[in-house]
Amino acid sequence: MEKLIKNDTELNRTLDRIAHEIIERHTSLDNVALVGIRTRGVYIARRLRERIKKFTGVETLYGELDITLYRDDLSQVSEAPLLKATDIPFDITGKILILTDDVLYTGRTIRSALAALADFGRPSRIELAVIVDRGHRELPVKADYVGKNLPTARTENVKVRLTESDGEDSIKLVTKDD
Amino acid sequence: MTKWTKKDLLGLEYLSAEEIELILDTAASFKEVSTRDIKKVPALRGKTAANLFYEPSTRTRVSFEIAEKRLSCDVVNMDMKASSVLKGETLADTGRNLEALKIDIFIMRHNMAGAPNVLARFVGGSVINAGDGKHEHPTQGLLDIYTLREKFGSLKGLNVSIIGDIAHSRVARSNLWGLTKLGANVTLCAPEIILPSDFKEFAPHVKITSDIDAALKDAHAINVLRMQFERDAAGAFPSPSEYYKEYGITKERLKKCRKDIVVMHPGPINRGIEISSDVADGPNSVIIEQVTNGIAVRMAVLYLVTLRSK
Repeated sequence: MEKLIKNDTELNRTLDRIAHEIIERHTSLDNVALVGIRTRGVYIARRLRERIKKFTGVETLYGELDITLYRDDLSQVSEAPLLKATDIPFDITGKILILTDDVLYTGRTIRSALAALADFGRPSRIELAVIVDRGHRELPVKADYVGKNLPTARTENVKVRLTESDGEDSIKLVTKDD
Repeated sequence: MTKWTKKDLLGLEYLSAEEIELILDTAASFKEVSTRDIKKVPALRGKTAANLFYEPSTRTRVSFEIAEKRLSCDVVNMDMKASSVLKGETLADTGRNLEALKIDIFIMRHNMAGAPNVLARFVGGSVINAGDGKHEHPTQGLLDIYTLREKFGSLKGLNVSIIGDIAHSRVARSNLWGLTKLGANVTLCAPEIILPSDFKEFAPHVKITSDIDAALKDAHAINVLRMQFERDAAGAFPSPSEYYKEYGITKERLKKCRKDIVVMHPGPINRGIEISSDVADGPNSVIIEQVTNGIAVRMAVLYLVTLRSK
């Protein structure tokens, strides 16, 4: 069973709001950089960057991060996960990085992302922006910007769909039928 | 989507076009790692690779060792000339003993064709062929193809000429398998007397000629091989200077080629024998890029065989 949590308009309003929150929290955006976690986090970072530019005129730095090689379950996976290149075209040392991802769940992806970023330099701070926080954390990870807090059961699945990868903008809660 | 299922990489003959593409795509992602300040990712943490070199090699061994280390893999280098081989141990016994040491990946260079295939049957760990006799040198073939794909985007319809001592060359064999599988048109060019006839199996995708001008005309890329004068080629061709005059890739010869022709060489190069210095160091040469790409390709192979679908 699929339940629509946010439609196209609502999801884009959420992104507007997160962009405003980022602007509000940082007196200067000059040192702020958006880093998207592949795959959907990249599209979210791009959209937030567009909005920040629209609202303030500032073009923030932007990068793309593939966390595969830093996964804590890599030695247990059943097959080598497909790699995509990491592309962070600026020195992250001293920057305020805003990591973006679609769904925050166990927190393990974020742990991997933090380990990966540590190999690129020493940011002055790292913040986290997600579209959905669905709970069930297995690590002490917390998001700074949350589109939607959505309490879920572990058996359920949250799908953030974005036009760039899925042909539409929506958030859906999928429950397995018994 | 293609999944990697093979335990070993023994040759490009045994791979499908899709598997070769998967290695190349994976290598493209790994290339970025070597551009970082901290050139290391934790992907193969806790795994151990043994570099078994039964034949001297510096560049291939070092390239593999760097690839292993950039993946956080532990490395043991074994100079097999100075080890139990001299005491009469068989390949199977060497393999079993190493496996008792919990080695996960074996990189093998051997003067006998098929030696890595034999080792692969006796060990549960992955075996990567780093050159076996005149058989194959798959990671060299892959890095040559990777370099071409980076330059041209695709191998389909690309005219690639391999020039030199093809009969003795495992690099030529790996290139042939890989290039033809990905749809390139291959021309093999060597002096009449050492022209390999056993490459007929690749026809009709492969032209064989001893006419250097025919091999260069219309070529998008050439792969120049070293004349192995220390092997039996010495008897086949009068002298290095004679070879240079007849087949050496010089600036004058390049003038008659496509302007954007890509010149490759697996190294070590013999300046003034198979290639002139001004070509080797010139704008068409990608010889140094090949060395850089070798690391990324070997990282990709190590990653895929170690974390293969089980």
